[in-house]
Amino acid sequence: MKELICIVCPKGCHLKVDEEQDYAVTGNSCPKGTDYGRAELTHPTRVVTSTVRCEGGAYPRCPVKTNGPIPKGDIFAAVSLLDGVTVKAPVQVGQVVVENICGTGVDFVATRNM
Amino acid sequence: MYDLIVLGGGPAGLAGACAAWEAGLRRILIVERDKELGGILNQCIHNGFGLHYFKEELTGPEYAGRFVRMLQDTGVEVRLDTMALEVTPDRKVHMVGKETGYRVEEAKSILLAMGCRERTRGAIAIPGTRPAGIFTAGAAQRYVNMEGWLPGKRVVILGSGDIGLIMARRMTLEGAKVLACVEVMPYSGGLNRNIVQCLHDYDIPLYLSHTVTDIRGRDRVEQVVVSQVDDRRQPIPGTEMVFDCDTLLLSVGLIPENELTRQAGIQIDPRTNGAIVWENMETSLPGVFASGNVAHVHDLVDFVTAESQRAGKAAAQYVQEGPGENQPVLEVKNGDGVTYTVPQHIRPGRVEKACDLFFRVNRVCGPSRILVTSGGAQVAAYSRDYLAPGEMEHIMLPRKLLDGASGTLTVSIEEVASK
Amino acid sequence: MYDVVIIGCGIVGAATAFELSKYRLKVGIVERENDVACGTTKANSAIIHAGYDPVPGTLMARLNVRGAALARELCAALDVPYLPCGSLVLGFSPEDQAHLEELYRRGVANGVPDLALLTGDEARALEPNLSPTVTAALLAPTAAICSPWEYGLALAETAVRNGAELQLETAVTGLTPTEEGWRVETNRGVLEARYVVNAAGLEAQTIHEMAASPSFAIHPSRGQYFLLDKSEGGRVGRVIFQCPNEKGKGVLVSPTVHGNLIVGPDAEPVEGDDTSTTSAGLAFVRETALRSVPSVDFRTSIRNFAGVRASTGAKDFIIELSAPHFLDLAGICSPGLSAAPAIGEYAVELLGQAGLALERKEDFQTSRKRVRFREMSPEEKAKLVAEHPAYGRVICRCETVTEGEILDALAGPIPPRSVDGVKRRAGAGLGRCQGGFCGPRVVELLAREQHRSPGDIPQERAGSWLLVRETKGGAR
Repeated sequence: MKELICIVCPKGCHLKVDEEQDYAVTGNSCPKGTDYGRAELTHPTRVVTSTVRCEGGAYPRCPVKTNGPIPKGDIFAAVSLLDGVTVKAPVQVGQVVVENICGTGVDFVATRNM
Repeated sequence: MYDLIVLGGGPAGLAGACAAWEAGLRRILIVERDKELGGILNQCIHNGFGLHYFKEELTGPEYAGRFVRMLQDTGVEVRLDTMALEVTPDRKVHMVGKETGYRVEEAKSILLAMGCRERTRGAIAIPGTRPAGIFTAGAAQRYVNMEGWLPGKRVVILGSGDIGLIMARRMTLEGAKVLACVEVMPYSGGLNRNIVQCLHDYDIPLYLSHTVTDIRGRDRVEQVVVSQVDDRRQPIPGTEMVFDCDTLLLSVGLIPENELTRQAGIQIDPRTNGAIVWENMETSLPGVFASGNVAHVHDLVDFVTAESQRAGKAAAQYVQEGPGENQPVLEVKNGDGVTYTVPQHIRPGRVEKACDLFFRVNRVCGPSRILVTSGGAQVAAYSRDYLAPGEMEHIMLPRKLLDGASGTLTVSIEEVASK
Repeated sequence: MYDVVIIGCGIVGAATAFELSKYRLKVGIVERENDVACGTTKANSAIIHAGYDPVPGTLMARLNVRGAALARELCAALDVPYLPCGSLVLGFSPEDQAHLEELYRRGVANGVPDLALLTGDEARALEPNLSPTVTAALLAPTAAICSPWEYGLALAETAVRNGAELQLETAVTGLTPTEEGWRVETNRGVLEARYVVNAAGLEAQTIHEMAASPSFAIHPSRGQYFLLDKSEGGRVGRVIFQCPNEKGKGVLVSPTVHGNLIVGPDAEPVEGDDTSTTSAGLAFVRETALRSVPSVDFRTSIRNFAGVRASTGAKDFIIELSAPHFLDLAGICSPGLSAAPAIGEYAVELLGQAGLALERKEDFQTSRKRVRFREMSPEEKAKLVAEHPAYGRVICRCETVTEGEILDALAGPIPPRSVDGVKRRAGAGLGRCQGGFCGPRVVELLAREQHRSPGDIPQERAGSWLLVRETKGGAR
């Protein structure tokens, strides 16, 4: 039995996940907690946010995020892919900045217009 | 003459202006001191915004961007790079900008949406030297996320507020080593999910009931000393830990930015450090409303949005229908376990179906009942599994229950003995 | 060859340079730090004392009273914030009463005008927030408050505008007598000087001993302070002192010229220029101040700081030629800020007696003026912004300091090299958020205007770096 705090929403439910019982989740107040609890023990993932260099915008950096969760173990490798990438204004929200991060099929996309 | 002047183009101002437009006001001006709309959300590049309002998880800039787009479909006027210097009791706003010049504009109503600022080292009197390398978490966030500069390599964070936790992760991902997050209270000031995904994910220790008791280093921070504190928050000698670091980030609380409010003669609640407001977010100065972090510090932008929409709508009603008749007022008081309430006054006659009431508790509570009483009699009760000072609570008081109350309403917490 | 080289550009060095720059002389000033007025001058109570405290007949007494009178004129001419708010020394006991009477007698002997002994009730009528336990007080209407760093800066700037040559980040490493005067060795090369003035503050003993046999010792004494928010600025209208007693001396509660409330100092011997604060020291200051004004709200604290005074243990300033052509201005502890311009005058007098030829300049400039946007009327603001839009962009929200004012500071006779240098000149970052919001924008302006990388901009001294490197693979 493993105790976890659900990070899906700000509520932060205290979950209990039973590895012996096919990762049965208790303590959640919504179905997302079930998915999170199971995933966290089998293949934990995170959405990662960072920035890239930007030329010609209001600021020298443009914020980005992964457009889906990536394996927790890939976070540092993913972020290092952003080093040396420069986008040029105009940038649109959702514009792909780095494709297919570490073979995950997930992209880094811009999160604001620049 | 404007129908509404909104001071601040962050999430509160944007939502308030949009709601007032929707409610029919047409001469609306937003005054924003930065060179773009969105306020502090522009530097909050992490995700976790919008789950309540948009039912999806957005980053700060995305959340702000959606409101900016909504605003573009309205005729709301915006003055950027313009700072409001004074609000007079007769609703004139003095403002100045590099491009917009010095202007005095008059309005039928005003929405105060200036947000808040961070508490500094001076506010908590941390002893030691005064070298470079001590930043508020928000200032560090601006350097890293917007200016593209890393302010330190080895970092200790004092305070476990959400911005501090978020910056622990950001600095780590940018190559800094975050040695510890130190919290004077026995519980975290931030959201649990941030403890998990910002500290636990990166093996950053959280020291509860600890504080920084010395800062060392002549020109740049070289060491900070962290001590355990007793239950009166006094450092315990002999518990010192020394961290070799070059940076101390402070995430030790937010203060509503109410200098314009005070100057206008509007009554301030010392518990919230924000204006005293009525059920429609109106302040003690008729026609002047306040919402978002300038009224009280929120944890979630979604609630700032909802509160500001109510304020914007109420401003429109004020302009369209006038101040309305005097009505009986219930004064809301904080009882046992409660730090403050917003609103502080409720006019039941002005409540449509139900009145939103926000408050914070002053300690961590297990299963509890939130009791609302008037003159010793219970008006309403709500149950909760868990309550913490770091998480703002929200209840809805139905109009018909308010009609049965008179004088004062007291909100208090009663912990239910666990089975 | 310089006629005079002044070592140290705190308030004393600056005042001496200012006086010397009235004459046809080649004057050099060397300052170890990257700015002027950033030692003891920037961290003290900011009081221009009326002059009842020093023992009659001492240099301290004469220079205090003269300096206070000069300060009034100089602050007006050089646009230095100055407020003649007066002071009260409080008494709580019969012993204090006797002490107040002694101070009154000294003041009269020193020529301090308009002193008055008051009862507790009379004092409370002037200052309603005084403690009910106050039984007597000495009123000194001529006491004043000022901006000490701007005072030092204004004197130094005016000296520079009148031809004095300032070398910053220049530390003196040795003094060698020559036929004509002195060879001043520094980390940045050698200066030849006919006369040397030692205004090195806490380092005055070190400098003295490079030129003369040891004759005094500096015992650095640290004082800690609270600076409270402007919401407390009206708690008192005058400088409120206490009588010194066994519990200590000199914790005052005073308004500042910037509208805040300052509370402090304690007094504690320290090594060197150790300006750290301690929880014990701050607690002492808090408790002692509450005796005078019980309603001070310390929750509104926006900054704690400490300053170190160059005490010598002697009862008087050490102002003398201790070697040929070598003038000590040493041990300038309290009331050094008040006495500074008179010390400058006296130094020039002594140098003249030692053979320095003093011939007045006709084109000496004595006025200095800077834009203070916040203090203008709406009409003046509107006109200024219409003419110069940079004054319309507010950089420091708390103190309403504009981009135009910061650009003025950067274009001044002694351009700031650090974020705190901008703070001392333009006021950005002095306020309640302590530079949290404007810090990054001040760094940006310094970098842009001085063509420096943001990574090279220090908070204060060289070495007080703010930023490590650019993110995203940026090299430093």
